[in-house]
Amino acid sequence: MTPSSAARTSALESILDASRIETDPSALGAYAIHGVSPASAARPASAAEAAEIVRYAVAEKLTVVPSGNRTKLELAGRPQSYDIALDLSALREIAHYDPADLTLSVDAGMPLWQLNATLFQHNQFLPLLTPYYSTSTIGGTIASGLDSPLRQFYGTARDFLLGAEFIDGIGARVKSGGRVVKNVTGYDLHKLLIGSLGSLAMITRLNFRTFPAPAGSRGFVASFPTPEGALALRRTITESPLSPLTLEVLSPAAARLFATRTPLTPEVPVFSGENHTARQVPLPLPGDWFRPNSWQLCVAFAGTSEVIKRYTRDLTHFAEQTQAETADFLDDATRPSIWGRLREALSLFRESTPDATVFRLSLLPSHHAITITVLQGVAKAMGLPLAIVARASGALYLALLPESQGADVRTGTTDDAVLEKLGLLTQEVFAMSRSRNGDAALLFAPEALRMLPSVQAAQANRFPLAPRIKAAFDPSGIFPAPYSA
Amino acid sequence: MVLCMTRRVAPRCDYFYSGCIQRSIAVFSAPIEMNALVRELQKLVGQDAVLHRPEDLLLYEYDASVEKGRPDAVVFPSTTEQVSRIVKLAAANDVPIVGRGAGTGLSGGALPRAGGIMLAFARMNRILKIDLENQRATVQPGVVNADLTRSVEADGLYFAPDPSSQKSSTIGGNVSENAGGPHTLAYGVTTNHVTALGLVLPDGEITHTGTAQGDATPYDLTALFVGSEGTLALVTEITVKLSRKAEAITTLLAIFDAVDDASETVADITARGITPAACEMMDGWTLRAVEEYIHAGFPTDSAAVLLIEVEGLNEVVAAQSAAIDEVCRTHRAREVRVAQDTKQRELLWKGRKNSFGALGRIAPGNYVLDGVIPRSKLPQTLRYIKELGEKNGCFIGNIFHAGDGNLHPIVLFDPRDTAQFQRAMHLSAEIIRYCVEVGGSLTGEHGIGMEKSELMPLLFSEADFALMRRVHDATNPKCALNPGKIFPLGKGCGETRLRSHPQAPAPPAVAAQNS
Repeated sequence: MTPSSAARTSALESILDASRIETDPSALGAYAIHGVSPASAARPASAAEAAEIVRYAVAEKLTVVPSGNRTKLELAGRPQSYDIALDLSALREIAHYDPADLTLSVDAGMPLWQLNATLFQHNQFLPLLTPYYSTSTIGGTIASGLDSPLRQFYGTARDFLLGAEFIDGIGARVKSGGRVVKNVTGYDLHKLLIGSLGSLAMITRLNFRTFPAPAGSRGFVASFPTPEGALALRRTITESPLSPLTLEVLSPAAARLFATRTPLTPEVPVFSGENHTARQVPLPLPGDWFRPNSWQLCVAFAGTSEVIKRYTRDLTHFAEQTQAETADFLDDATRPSIWGRLREALSLFRESTPDATVFRLSLLPSHHAITITVLQGVAKAMGLPLAIVARASGALYLALLPESQGADVRTGTTDDAVLEKLGLLTQEVFAMSRSRNGDAALLFAPEALRMLPSVQAAQANRFPLAPRIKAAFDPSGIFPAPYSA
Repeated sequence: MVLCMTRRVAPRCDYFYSGCIQRSIAVFSAPIEMNALVRELQKLVGQDAVLHRPEDLLLYEYDASVEKGRPDAVVFPSTTEQVSRIVKLAAANDVPIVGRGAGTGLSGGALPRAGGIMLAFARMNRILKIDLENQRATVQPGVVNADLTRSVEADGLYFAPDPSSQKSSTIGGNVSENAGGPHTLAYGVTTNHVTALGLVLPDGEITHTGTAQGDATPYDLTALFVGSEGTLALVTEITVKLSRKAEAITTLLAIFDAVDDASETVADITARGITPAACEMMDGWTLRAVEEYIHAGFPTDSAAVLLIEVEGLNEVVAAQSAAIDEVCRTHRAREVRVAQDTKQRELLWKGRKNSFGALGRIAPGNYVLDGVIPRSKLPQTLRYIKELGEKNGCFIGNIFHAGDGNLHPIVLFDPRDTAQFQRAMHLSAEIIRYCVEVGGSLTGEHGIGMEKSELMPLLFSEADFALMRRVHDATNPKCALNPGKIFPLGKGCGETRLRSHPQAPAPPAVAAQNS
């Protein structure tokens, strides 16, 4: 039997200080996911308290949704049940940092930008320049599984997360991996947490390998009349000896959006350790770098002056070879505003319209051209604007951006005609990805779309092992389900 | 149909357990009728694909570790479907299965702890698909690591994980153990290069993880199975990333008169954020042994050398080589040589990769350890190892992946001398304990297997084991696959399938292996 709200409050108060418990419905709106608020929120001061809350929830058969700074909770869709919001944002210590070993152990609630600001002081950083950079915690970033434009060079969190401490679904404090850069001791359970959207465990601490901050970063943008042109240059570069930090193609609709939106960003220069402050500032507009009618290839690279010369020579040559309309090197003043927008591509898509429907397609790069052509065609026929970011790693982001009127950005309401179109395109996106030995994920979408039976069928889990792993971590199902099925 | 078979008591020695108490394992089972099971296996895969005579099985009771364990039968499937049928047959008869690639593992991962069927992937050695444009290959588990590189190198590609066993070890084995190698410093270990797997579960179900591209929803199951040491599923198909060969490679040999200077150099290269592709250390004693054997041109009067490789654009290599040269000289390198051509470079690497074989010429037995420490702790750890050896009158050499902090101390001993052997094992355990104390780990690339299962509690709590066990049971609830590995006895499959046996232990096997 579910405890009464008074009983629940008093039980929570026996675990943590009353000031760390929120039960006021108006305040709990801050924890709402697609309009669903929890009955209470707890912001523990330690991992031990967090574990006790989980054990209490297990005993009382309550559901728990782990959170950091709550920037991307909608990724998992509307929770079927939401008793306690377990807010880890108060845990924000760097437990261990050995700059000479380039390894780090940090609490899950540490803001990502603040973590990097600390690392920059040692001329190091974590190559997770991910969406909602200025407001995300490191734990939320890992749980979301979102990648960064820098993955072209540094890979994804899977490649540099060395270990983790977390609270499993029975409330036990558990760890896996370690704090050394090479380790095959036990199962890599921590890697399952990447992208798990809080469905397996509450992450309390993460161990990373850090990287030297690249010196002398530069940028290059080339534009083309067609996606094929930009993708051809992308391929020429991946097959060359160059190893850029970022290599991705933007569609005209993405460029138009980037040209006009000004995301907030902390004043942390991306590639140097100077002048970081806590102040968040809107990124300056990028001038006319983003061309509203072109497909653009954006390249970031770094190195000594000799290396820069080499990139300059080769990129200029490759752009000529592939008949780019324009090919320009970014000046120092413009670069941060361009990179900031590439980093925030997903947040810019999502915030641009209440019914933004954003997919990640995991496809081999050679499948990008046909996928883009087909989906562009379908979206155009339906009158749905489609913005695209196509990373050379194969991650292809698609955003359908219907111009909805008067809907709330967090819940999304939409008329049936738009919903039907979004539903058809969603089916097409999943069918195309899966038929090409790839997969898709519905990242942000109006809840009404997620609820459509056709959409649920399209994204049905294909991995019979996934529910078994979920049950192993969380036998009584106190954490949210990772997929809508 | 249910068959029964006798399980021979497979002797082993838990070197690390309770101060080197040797003990044996036996299996609960009703006796007899091996022949019936062999006949069933032969029906599934053909007569020539099953070994069962004792003289044939003898070859399969070893891998490259100091462990030993004989299977009751070895079967060589050719297809995933055959693997599935074999697994179902074994499950119906409650006979455990262990998968095996080339048997080059260093922790007993591919040995049966308690008899049963060994499923050897030697005949599943086809490269199924090469996709040059997307830099992917899909292979069967029995494909030899170096053969994959050989098949794509004309197109400028290669498979990056390069364990020293790469000329014989299989990609299936590399996946099971999450193999490393010298160049994993820059390019990562096996798991960083695997994007999708085909699997056979212990109930015979054929399934898969991942995508060809690599990202997967909702969970990165591929990352769980890589390095799970054959305890969760049998891997029957592997999709890997292929890397592009660098435009330029420079190989440097830095020569030092003091081990401390060499280890300070490694720590300083790391701290300065210089990222060579490989950074290997060999101490003077071991390199003299290697030089006598290989004639690679190592200076025999030095205290230590670093073999450092830099790869990338011409401009990057030039800058990094200069930076490394400067760090070496700052730490009193006597000389920094640069390999002038491919031949010189290959000779240096030949010396490194055959170094463990060279040591076999000096002492009748050697035990190669595998521990990891933070790179910043390298100088103090090497001093500790040296003092420990001296205090105990035991020689301990060092040839290892210094840039990763992945130590391979080599303890020499004469296995015919029980006291010497036990001392060597005791020192080995002490070194691994020290690695953990300074913030490191039990194994960087060899795996836990049988070798280190009893050391796991140094790092993991009861709660950690409980979750690991639940994850294990999610695919392998009856311990049908590779029982008695990774988990300390009694915490994994111990209660259901294995029990300790009071019988006297067999003498240890002599190891002469590579790493």
